[in-house]
Amino acid sequence: METQSELLDRREFVKILGPGLYFLFSLDNFLLGQQPGGRMGGYPTDLNAYLRIAEDGHVTCYAGKVELGQGVTASLAQMLAEELEVPFDSVSIVLGDTMLCPWDGGTNGSRSIKYLGPVMRAAGAEAREVLIQMAAEILKLPPDRLIAKEGAVFEKNNPANKVTYGSLARGRTIERHLDEKPRLKSPSEFVVCGKSLPRADFQDKVTGKAQFAGDVRLPQILYGKVLRPPVHGAKLKNVDLTAAKEVKEAVVLQDNDFIGVVHPLPDMAEKVLARIKAEYELPQLKVDDRNIHQHIENAAARDNVVEQKGDLAQGNKLAVLKFEESYATPYVAHAAIETHSAIADVKRDKATVYIGTQRPFGVGEEIGRAIDLQSKQIRVIAPYVGGGFGGKSQVGQAVQAARLSKMTGFPVQVVWTREEEFFYDTFQPAAVVKISSGLDESNRIVFWDYHVFFAGDRSAQNIYSVPNLRTMSRGMGFGGDGPHPFSTGAWRGPGSNTNIFARESHIDVMAAKAGLDPLEFRIMNLKDERMLRVVRAAADKFGWKPAKAPSGRGQGMVCLDYLGTYVAAMAQIKVDKSSGGIRVERIVHAQDMGPVINPDGARMQIEGGITMGLGYCLSEEIHFKGGQVNDLGFDSYQIPKFSWVPQIETVLVENFEIEPSGCGEPPIVGIGALIANALFDATGVRMHRLPLTPERIKEESS
Amino acid sequence: MEQTIHFKLNSRPVTVTTDGERALLWVLRTDLGLTGSKFGCGQNQCGACTVIINKETVRSCQYPVKNVAGKEVITIEGLALNGKLHPLQKAFIKCGAIQCGFCTPGMILQSYGLLLKNARPSPAQIVAHMDQNLCRCGAHTRIIEAIQKAAAELKGGKA
Repeated sequence: METQSELLDRREFVKILGPGLYFLFSLDNFLLGQQPGGRMGGYPTDLNAYLRIAEDGHVTCYAGKVELGQGVTASLAQMLAEELEVPFDSVSIVLGDTMLCPWDGGTNGSRSIKYLGPVMRAAGAEAREVLIQMAAEILKLPPDRLIAKEGAVFEKNNPANKVTYGSLARGRTIERHLDEKPRLKSPSEFVVCGKSLPRADFQDKVTGKAQFAGDVRLPQILYGKVLRPPVHGAKLKNVDLTAAKEVKEAVVLQDNDFIGVVHPLPDMAEKVLARIKAEYELPQLKVDDRNIHQHIENAAARDNVVEQKGDLAQGNKLAVLKFEESYATPYVAHAAIETHSAIADVKRDKATVYIGTQRPFGVGEEIGRAIDLQSKQIRVIAPYVGGGFGGKSQVGQAVQAARLSKMTGFPVQVVWTREEEFFYDTFQPAAVVKISSGLDESNRIVFWDYHVFFAGDRSAQNIYSVPNLRTMSRGMGFGGDGPHPFSTGAWRGPGSNTNIFARESHIDVMAAKAGLDPLEFRIMNLKDERMLRVVRAAADKFGWKPAKAPSGRGQGMVCLDYLGTYVAAMAQIKVDKSSGGIRVERIVHAQDMGPVINPDGARMQIEGGITMGLGYCLSEEIHFKGGQVNDLGFDSYQIPKFSWVPQIETVLVENFEIEPSGCGEPPIVGIGALIANALFDATGVRMHRLPLTPERIKEESS
Repeated sequence: MEQTIHFKLNSRPVTVTTDGERALLWVLRTDLGLTGSKFGCGQNQCGACTVIINKETVRSCQYPVKNVAGKEVITIEGLALNGKLHPLQKAFIKCGAIQCGFCTPGMILQSYGLLLKNARPSPAQIVAHMDQNLCRCGAHTRIIEAIQKAAAELKGGKA
């Protein structure tokens, strides 16, 4: 088997890490220590995969995550520094490089802190204990008389007697390992975690120095563009390349229906592409954005039981108020401001690809298939990523770049236009939820029959105390075949945006019919003490006053559990009665995600999630006819703007009873129902479909 | 048509010889190697490519490079003077007005253009001036805060 070291270009290595400091350790051991096992079976167990201590005491932290704005640059380094007992500012972090970093499953699902966090902490703790052992031998003292702190090992009773980590490790692999892994600190012992420490990437991001994939330049770089069909599913019939080939310096390339151009200037490559004349055979699909939900309901797929308890028929008998409602959400685009970008340098037996991706370790195979290389021959480097939200898990642009690089023998960069970005996006799937439910005489939910179609089952589970219930999920949430006329994929909070819109809207439907305040109704039907605590935290901060809806005030609420993180949110909105337009004035958001690693970073994620959520709630919807995507720019596809943003107040509900949980997705998933419930409170109009556009609100109220 | 264009870029005189119809953004990013100005849409809709030309904010993605002849252009790379960050840059860091950072150069230059004209903008004026610059991560509230903070520092003469 070829080892990673054979793939290594030493000059590149020096360029990345800087000369001098790093050649104190064995290069081969370094690389071997990092990779094996990781790709196949989860996170490597060797602590050296995650950290390196240089002779001057500087610590480099390695992680296969990428920085897409969520702040792992700080939080992962904090967790390592915490257990290793080094100052936070002595740690720098290397992310998203398949050659230098340990395997990782991808930056998605709010999993960085939850799953990589414990691994990173364990590596730091083990390294600390090994360093104490090494120091004990040098100082000729038993380890229990020593203590590690601030990057050095001290004699407890005589702090002048010490050895620094740098002098112990000297940049080398730490060969010694512990059979019994040391205990990790409890959150109450945290010194570095729990602090709002700064992100190291900010400095370069305000000066223009920070490099995204489209900013990477390699010698002899060419810029590529690939011909795109006008609609999904179109087949190329005829193509005329004559006019394109006439352009000086341009090279036009064809491999069956893969047609591309390269040029030394990116803007010229685009102009050359526009000179290609192509004729397509267009598929005739009848599905469009108006009939898609009927189409989805009728599509056949496997029904999966998500949860089931009690007896629905029995519950139905006990019910005095019964409800049957249907909810729907449309296709939604990721629309990161950075379009998909990559630069590929393909050689005969290896390739280096810089990609704006959320899955540096997951994409090698797909790229490799296109250029006849194995994934282990491909080094993937994810520089800073300009927003992902699930959309940067697909790497069509890197496949294009790799093919063009292989065809030309030069490094080729591909940066998608905004039109390509919309066209090739893996949208959040359109989906439907149908709920029937009932309340008994004391307004307790006695049965709950929940069916979700093609959103997946994330957050479909009921959080209320219901004796008789069934939750069913039909088809896949995203990816797979499905009934969709184009690709779908994970979109920040996949599935949950639909499921929580449906459930939390429906809870308010029941509360209104029962004549109860939505908060009171929820408290009556919740048994989970942790959830109740979060709900009360939001209500206190908001100053919620009980009233049955519609009260005319324009207040709404939701509560939810997203993969173990609990959220309660309350909103105040204003509705322009003549236009139907919604102005969100204030949102209070309480979140319990266990111990918080970086409170300010968490608040930023929460503010960001709420703001982004206003988009899918108020305006975002892909319009289409068959495979033709009609929204290809920010003119018709409106994402949130400064003028939309409400006052946001965040409550971080302290909880040391559980392990740190995810932060970035939980804040977005409740926004649809939150605003729909506030709209009902303001106007008495119940919306069953997102987004809540003025036209649709008007339509529903007449 | 190929032409030679002289202008001032981040306080230095530069000369480019290229097709004058090309967009300034690509000349900056490719010919001049300054990749701080970002391509977000190419349609004048997102503001990631915003630069300052003769003290006005301009979307460089659709601005023909021939039009900068004889003018003064500032990009994000030219905002810090002698390694000292501009108050806006410091405030963006301090307020955490950055998430992924891709829209950040455009945001900073758009607000720089505002402060040139209005040393103490109200939050409503900031919102109106920034409304066509898009941020997908949702850093908006902190960007507004950062602009106010920078305005206060500039006004106080600390810049």
